[in-house]
Amino acid sequence: MGIEGYLIVSTLLFGIGTFGFMARRNAILMLISIELMFNAVNLSLVAFNAFLPAEANAGAVFALMIMAVAAAEVTVGLALVIAIIRTRQTAEVDQYADLKE
Amino acid sequence: MTLRNIIHSAVAMMICFGSLAGMYALLGAPIVAAAQVLIYLGAISVLILFAIMLTQAGDANLPTPFHRQVPIAAVVALAIIGLVGWAVVQTDWSLAPQAVGAAVEAIAIALFTTYALPFEIISLLILVAIIGAIYLARRPEEDERAN
Repeated sequence: MGIEGYLIVSTLLFGIGTFGFMARRNAILMLISIELMFNAVNLSLVAFNAFLPAEANAGAVFALMIMAVAAAEVTVGLALVIAIIRTRQTAEVDQYADLKE
Repeated sequence: MTLRNIIHSAVAMMICFGSLAGMYALLGAPIVAAAQVLIYLGAISVLILFAIMLTQAGDANLPTPFHRQVPIAAVVALAIIGLVGWAVVQTDWSLAPQAVGAAVEAIAIALFTTYALPFEIISLLILVAIIGAIYLARRPEEDERAN
């Protein structure tokens, strides 16, 4: 499989993540969609790193750093979601409309 | 993403992460594949499953799991897939060499010499994130008892 295959898989993953982020009502599902988009970008970075070797393996190093940042992000995001579900008793994001007042 | 039950979605996400780890191994980046298994399959999936079980308030099977902006979301997602996919297909990749793979040793040397400063910043960021998560997830009643 050439680089096109990996890039197309990455594009599909990113599109699915975008759709899920905008279409689902559950806050945890939105976090899962964000993780899918992170993974799509990681896959394209690693693919470019393998096929177009840059100096010092920048693609693989960036992918590792993105993983670390994604772990931090999902930790804080889930803590926020749990806190807001505890006060609102629902995970549906369109029930949070009164936050804007 | 279209599954109604959120636990099914989480399990599908874990399968997706596992197959991505296989693709990293195919691409000759074993260290990235190992990190994928450890961080995503090990840590993030368990975190998300815990969050789902903590917040399962009997609304797992709602009539419509979708927002009313589904058409806009579908159009935007298809536009992204179409544009980027078109760019990928149109580009001539024949100059790209065969996959060479990244040796673990080379990545480690790069990580601790060229990219040492971002590495340290990321460790600080993770520390801050852990402290913030503990603060946010603490129950309010414990506050009142402490005061």
